[in-house]
Amino acid sequence: MNATDHGQPEWHLDSDASGTVVVLSGEWIAQDGRIPPFPADGLRQVEKGQGIAFRTESLGRWDTALISFLWDLKQQATRAGLELRTDTLPDSARKLLDLLPEQPAPPPAPPHRAFAPVTAVGAYTIDSLTEIGTVTELGAETARGALAAATGRGRMRWTDLMSNVRDAGPSALLIVGIVNFLIGAILAFVGAVQLRKFAADIYVASLVGIAVVREMSAVMTAIIMAGRTGGAYAARIATMQGNEEIDALTVFGIPVSSYLILPSILSLILTMPFLYLYGCLIGMLGGFCVAIGMLTVTGAGYFHQTINAIALSQFEFGFVKSIFFAALIGLTSCRIGLRAGRSAADVGVAATRAVVVGIVGVIALDAIFAVIANTLGI
Amino acid sequence: MIDTVPDMSPGDAKRETLMSLQDITLAFGPKIIQQNVSFDVRRGSIFAVMGGSGCGKSTILKSMIGLLRPRQGRYLVGGDNYWQGDDAHRVEVSRRFGVLFQSAALWSSLTVGENVALPMQMFTKLDPGTIRRLVELKLGLVDMLHAIDQYPSELSGGMKKRAGLARAMALDPDILFFDEPSAGLDPITSARLDDLIVNLRDGLGATIIIVSHELPSLFAIADDGIFLDARTKTPIARGAPSWLRDHCDDPQVHAFMHRERPETPSGRTD
Repeated sequence: MNATDHGQPEWHLDSDASGTVVVLSGEWIAQDGRIPPFPADGLRQVEKGQGIAFRTESLGRWDTALISFLWDLKQQATRAGLELRTDTLPDSARKLLDLLPEQPAPPPAPPHRAFAPVTAVGAYTIDSLTEIGTVTELGAETARGALAAATGRGRMRWTDLMSNVRDAGPSALLIVGIVNFLIGAILAFVGAVQLRKFAADIYVASLVGIAVVREMSAVMTAIIMAGRTGGAYAARIATMQGNEEIDALTVFGIPVSSYLILPSILSLILTMPFLYLYGCLIGMLGGFCVAIGMLTVTGAGYFHQTINAIALSQFEFGFVKSIFFAALIGLTSCRIGLRAGRSAADVGVAATRAVVVGIVGVIALDAIFAVIANTLGI
Repeated sequence: MIDTVPDMSPGDAKRETLMSLQDITLAFGPKIIQQNVSFDVRRGSIFAVMGGSGCGKSTILKSMIGLLRPRQGRYLVGGDNYWQGDDAHRVEVSRRFGVLFQSAALWSSLTVGENVALPMQMFTKLDPGTIRRLVELKLGLVDMLHAIDQYPSELSGGMKKRAGLARAMALDPDILFFDEPSAGLDPITSARLDDLIVNLRDGLGATIIIVSHELPSLFAIADDGIFLDARTKTPIARGAPSWLRDHCDDPQVHAFMHRERPETPSGRTD
């Protein structure tokens, strides 16, 4: 490796008394990007059993580029049954060349993906049913853990529950408030345009009240919590999976369902109904502000109309719904975290999935509730 | 205070200094990790940073690869003051570095081959074919060619280390940093890795800084080193691990090198 400039990396075959000689010259630097390949038929003229030596007097600086070329040569020589006299190479080049295998690994066969719709549908069905079973089992185990905790024999740590409640509840107040205020205001705007035509301004209060209490507050709060808390649960459990923390819990015999999942679900179940009530209040406030500003409605009139329009059963309905939403978000996000892979990318995938499944699930569940409410006449 | 070391071999003294730490102090906030750290690393040496757990070995390495700015002191790489100047200057100097992290730190969303290829794609103008050839070569050197299309999560600990080594060599750096290369490896794999490190040093002419407390591996490959003390937060000995084992009188160092309990646990008072 001397420092003088020798120009382009070059090689040619030569022969002398001892046999074939590969003459190497020039600078062989990988980052210059000029590594000559050794042609597949480069050793055609060399007779079998002959040795191949090297002449390196005019070889300049070199790095892995030279080794790459020599490796090509080594593979060709092995295939042609020729002996490479590596002792004529610089010592360090020989050492590196010795580390390399004679044959490169054959490229792996591309994964076999046949078009088999029946198999695919079948596999998907079985997967889905298994998943439903697993989630149900997890839910049942968690419920059993909750019963045990209630009777004082549980494995749940109350400090975990408290810190989860703090994360899910008070720290979500601001964003739940903002979203519900805006939803209430938007409903009032939409209603105001139509109702003013009939001089029925005051019914804006009923519209906002019923919409917020029955649907919007529960659904919007659940969607916020799915994005905020559900995603966080999935990411946390997926990270624990990657760090073998879940394995450690399993080995100690600490049930994942009671230790990890129960406080997560319970904190959502405890906080969501109250966030829902808070959302109702703020949503109606949003409607109130718009009505006072835009319409000929007095504050007292709006208040009175709201009280008259909303029956207590509406609140009960929303309250029960938000408990179910909370359980759904908690259970699915924890399950998605648990089944995540072990790499950093898998954590992102798990968090995204948890949010998507949570939001879609909440809306689907809300549709089911709407049908039930219709049937029961609530 | 630092035990001086005679030259390990006649050739060593002639080698030029490649990196130089001068009176470096490292700290996290008010907590001092190491202070008055001064040593030179000669070109082509395998330099060991030794010491008990928690003495700041990895922190020194972190500072040498540019992840932690020292509280004070100068750090020269090839005569260039590393921490002076802007980020672009540091990136330029860091191009000479290759780092094998303690847990290999392979990018988990890329295959092994892509892990090695990424630095080349980012920092060179090589065409894809050449990059592929070099990736295969580097994985071949660490005997990982068979795993080129696998993801890091599918690899064992030793395979991850070797793949990390191939990635560290991606840009043909002339300075390689290894953080606990043999931690968690079985003795045979560990010995193979030692051979590999020596071969890479000899073959590529690289300088290697190695943080480790695996004694057999240190004795086998390191030809220079420094011993850090956790209590006094300074280096207390300097020299090749095998030389320190045979000649160093410091009770701490002696105990470390011979895997004994220190005779006078609080013997030093500085």
